[in-house]
Amino acid sequence: MEIEENFLYTKEHEWVSIEDNIATMGITDYAQEALGDVTYVELPEEEAEVEQFEQIVSVESVKAASDIYSPMGGKIIEINRKLEDTPALVNKDCYGKGWIAKIEVRDMDESTNLMSAEEYRNYLDSLH
Amino acid sequence: MSVETSLHNTPLADVHVALGAKMVGFGGWNMPLQYESILAEWDYNRKTVSLFDCSHMGEFMIKGDAKACGLDRIVTQTIVDMPLKTCRYGAMLNEDGGVIDDLIVYRKGPEDWMIVVNASNIEKNAKHFRAHLNSHAQFEDASFKTAKLDLQGPQSRDVLKVLAPGVEKLDYYTFDQFQINGIPCLISRTGYTGELGFEIYCPWEKCKEIWKTILTHDTVKPTGLGVRDVLRVEMCYSLYGHELDETISPLEAGLDKFIDGQKEFIGRQAVSARPPRHTIGYFISASRKSPRAGNKIYDAAGHEIGMVTSGTFSPALQAGIGIGFMSRHSKDAGVEVFFGDEKNKAAAVVAKRPFYKNGSLKS
Repeated sequence: MEIEENFLYTKEHEWVSIEDNIATMGITDYAQEALGDVTYVELPEEEAEVEQFEQIVSVESVKAASDIYSPMGGKIIEINRKLEDTPALVNKDCYGKGWIAKIEVRDMDESTNLMSAEEYRNYLDSLH
Repeated sequence: MSVETSLHNTPLADVHVALGAKMVGFGGWNMPLQYESILAEWDYNRKTVSLFDCSHMGEFMIKGDAKACGLDRIVTQTIVDMPLKTCRYGAMLNEDGGVIDDLIVYRKGPEDWMIVVNASNIEKNAKHFRAHLNSHAQFEDASFKTAKLDLQGPQSRDVLKVLAPGVEKLDYYTFDQFQINGIPCLISRTGYTGELGFEIYCPWEKCKEIWKTILTHDTVKPTGLGVRDVLRVEMCYSLYGHELDETISPLEAGLDKFIDGQKEFIGRQAVSARPPRHTIGYFISASRKSPRAGNKIYDAAGHEIGMVTSGTFSPALQAGIGIGFMSRHSKDAGVEVFFGDEKNKAAAVVAKRPFYKNGSLKS
């Protein structure tokens, strides 16, 4: 299972990469593998204000729909519109081209509620 | 005890695990959901040929004159005029006219029948047959000694005619006895995918050998139940527990043409006395967003008109597709509907069945 070393993680299997005050988020390799072929990503609206761990996205696979939660609170400043036509990017490159949204972070301290790569690896181990 | 330990295993459970299948509980059975990905397996089935383990399904063997032994009264379809070595789809109902199960009757001899039923219903069905067959019938539940493999896809005939010469002569919904590697098999030209295909019934303990023999043919790939459900929704085939159950009348479920109005059968009075409350309908999402079982269906004015019973993403249409019960005036093709819940509704349009029209089924 691939895990990006410098990213932070949630228990719901979202990842976030924070540079300055901009957080880019998506779902982890574990999540995309569990979902199977992603067929639809219901993207959030740009400019929307969201709370940390608030549901912002729905990701659908052939057989099921899953709620995705925002790893950080703030304002959504950009969404990955490529996912509208090619949702399979979430399967092919979940930490790269399959990113879902960028959030202008309101309170950087919220990142202490997230797991490091090491902690997330241990968390995944604990699930099995 | 966990749920998994109480599941039945087909003869192939360890083979599926060794092949890397993702396993899942289905109808009380431990079954392969997928081997690689549902989209890849869909593509392979529609274009080439796939092998499914369907050993979980039930087989009942009945000997007796259809009318004298009570069999004719149990099933809704006409069976007394069935030519030998043909199959016929139908259902069996309770006294209230609800569907106990849908089934296929195979006529093996003038007084020799095989009934194929759904895995989750084997026990209750066997009970129903035992209760309603009389002393002129011999009944055997052979579900746990009869395995079933489905070979489905446009190239299925080319593969199977090498292993079981003569299968290429089978017409749609007919069957015969064959041998694969010297093992006796009943093979019918039937299936649940909308593609040209065969169902192979063989002895439980020989199933592994037949599975491996078919897979040595390098055009055949194993396929899971995940894609089987997508294929059947694309064809608008009903699935027990979704479009059919004991509270649903066969008329509501669109089974009209599988009911013989000229004969007596259990549930007949109730069915004709009860006007259908709603009717089955089919709709295509305006986007890739897919309806899911349990979603509500709304008309253009926002009034609730029904409920989704099955929904999936259709790789053929590159859109969501759904089956559901809806009010009778709203089920005509072209009518705009919405699916979802009060907070979140997505647009769709009612369509004619089947969603997938290019299958090799009758080729």
